[in-house]
Amino acid sequence: METTLVKSNFKSEEYFINMGPQHPATHGVLRLLLTIDGEIIKKVEPDLGYIHRSIEKMCERDSYQQIVHLTDRMDYLSSHINNEAVCLTVENALQLELPDRVKVIRTILSELTRIASHCLWWGVMGMDVGALTTYFYGFRDREMINDIFEETCGARLTMNYNIPGGLMFDIHPNFVQRTKDFIAHFKTKLPEYDTLLTGNVIFQKRTKGVGVLSKEDAISFGASGPVGRGSGYSCDVRKHHPYSAYDRVTFNEALKTEGDTFARYQVRIQEMWEAMSIIEQLIDNIPEGEHKVATNAVIKLPKGEYYQKVETARGELGVYIISIGTKNPYRLKFRSPGFSNLSLLNHIAVGGKIGDLVASMATLDLVIPDIDR
Amino acid sequence: MNISLNITETIQEWLIGFMPEGVASILGMSIVALIYLAIFAVAGLYLVLLERKVAAWFQLRIGPNRVGYWGLFQTMADALKLVSKELTGTVKADKFLYNLAPYFVIISSLMALAVFPFTKEFQAFDINIGIFFLIAISSVGVIGILLAGWSSNNKFALIGAMRSGVQTISYELSIGLSLLTMVLLTGSLQLSEIVETQKEGWLILQGHVPAVIAFMIYMIAGTAETNRAPFDMVEAESELGAGFHTEYSGMKFAYFFLAEFINMFIIAAIATTVFFGAWLSPFGITESIPWLGVFWFLGKTLMLVFLMMWFRWTFPRLRVDQLLTLEWKYLLPINLVNIVIMAIIVWLNLTIKF
Repeated sequence: METTLVKSNFKSEEYFINMGPQHPATHGVLRLLLTIDGEIIKKVEPDLGYIHRSIEKMCERDSYQQIVHLTDRMDYLSSHINNEAVCLTVENALQLELPDRVKVIRTILSELTRIASHCLWWGVMGMDVGALTTYFYGFRDREMINDIFEETCGARLTMNYNIPGGLMFDIHPNFVQRTKDFIAHFKTKLPEYDTLLTGNVIFQKRTKGVGVLSKEDAISFGASGPVGRGSGYSCDVRKHHPYSAYDRVTFNEALKTEGDTFARYQVRIQEMWEAMSIIEQLIDNIPEGEHKVATNAVIKLPKGEYYQKVETARGELGVYIISIGTKNPYRLKFRSPGFSNLSLLNHIAVGGKIGDLVASMATLDLVIPDIDR
Repeated sequence: MNISLNITETIQEWLIGFMPEGVASILGMSIVALIYLAIFAVAGLYLVLLERKVAAWFQLRIGPNRVGYWGLFQTMADALKLVSKELTGTVKADKFLYNLAPYFVIISSLMALAVFPFTKEFQAFDINIGIFFLIAISSVGVIGILLAGWSSNNKFALIGAMRSGVQTISYELSIGLSLLTMVLLTGSLQLSEIVETQKEGWLILQGHVPAVIAFMIYMIAGTAETNRAPFDMVEAESELGAGFHTEYSGMKFAYFFLAEFINMFIIAAIATTVFFGAWLSPFGITESIPWLGVFWFLGKTLMLVFLMMWFRWTFPRLRVDQLLTLEWKYLLPINLVNIVIMAIIVWLNLTIKF
């Protein structure tokens, strides 16, 4: 909504306010230093470091099998995909040829993770714009995915299911049936999301035209994932640099050109539909075979630099390993999607109201441990 | 049953038997005030329980069910906990205003209860400017909210309080005008007379189209007046944390909390009185048993309370400028036109009477 500032005789003064580190809208320990004039945001300055655990430094100490476990603790809502990123980098460096079974299972799990993550995001998004009920609807469906994970991996949040060379165990016998049940269930529930929130006139007023990010800005800020795609920047790693089994499924990259909060919202809803279609294409014909290939107990990568990127629920996660031939990486760098996406918050929030900041921040889908590693 | 004008006079007449008239009058009023205080403190607590249960039904949950059957004592236990909690405060707060603020809020909501005709007899205070009194008293509460936000020396609380000020002042207009529309129909501000008029049909039926429009505007404005979602700018928890009562704890917080629920009851009770015939039963089915009126009154009020809870648990929150746009650009002009339509209807005698 356009607001024109009328020159008035009232003397107004900018003031400073701390949003976070303990604030309901920052979903964790993000601290935003806001400069506000009345309700209008003049400047947003994210202040990081409250949960820095020096994961990258810890990776230099650990063996490659151990590094996988650390990645769970970065973006905990897409832990499967984080694990996969490290495993793929190591496997590429070792030039391991993985069985098809591993690739397909990894893809299914990644897409389930994506749905679970977006379910949680949707609930929290609703909560941020004031509709508290969405939270419980989102969690109801996420819970079903977590149950599937629990049965197969033994964990609900930090999976540790991928290991360099494949999967830690084979899938649980119930896995296929339960996944199918979930897809059938979720196909009836996802339209409910639209009727509850998407179609709501207040919600559309709150999100349309708010936090607009142009395609050029999206590219120059390094936006990725749904944030970039909401601005019309085709940046889906699954499409452009397919890994695992993404080259054998057909799916559409969810793209919107408006670049506002509502476009980013729609991209994520669309991604849930696409994720379901990907799972449906794969779930019926998981190839038979081994669930892992044998690797050495101590993995030593050949000397060199390796980079692999994957598409997490938040965007592009890159793993960059420099190896000098020892059992630990010499240097390991994660290119996390949340960090780049947070960097554009100031750009899209300035000029809006406090409510706009909260709504835009919700569609950036920030997970703070991913930003602060 | 002794047929007298209202409950206060009944008690006073009884007391005059033992003591001088002046003492009886004061004592009678105090007794009535205590009765109201006790009833509505408990009613407020059960509204909180109802809200939690309604929220649970909307959110695929069960809601409180541990303390007492169906969680009936849950809010009692919560209140006890709040009473026993330490009253913390900020060091740099304006102590006097900080301590005063909750009383403004709770007293204004409790005072408004005095005029409602729960039945023909059960009405503490039947003044001839009843509607005017209600509008005036219910806007006193915002002073408490403004004071609370200002004096607690917290920026989030201050933003919340300022939002509340801007919101209440705006929506007060709509409440006043939509009630005025109905007053055109009754020709009286006195609540007992408004109820008498409705023996020929509830006002929402008598006034048909403009009355329905007035009712819808009243419910929107009333929801905004009580600072509840989708108009809960004041304590928008995802934006401001807790808003104006961020720095309050224990019983002082409980006053704000209780006042919110009593206000919700008041808004619904005004709507019941003005639009839905207060204690009158539909088609006069229980006219021979007057005390049943209280059930009709509470039943209608709780239906409207449920409606407001329904709003809260389904709608997202508006932004503060959209809130003002809605009031000044839509509700207010519609309201003004509506008054004119109602005046024409009353003038041409186009009302529906049974």
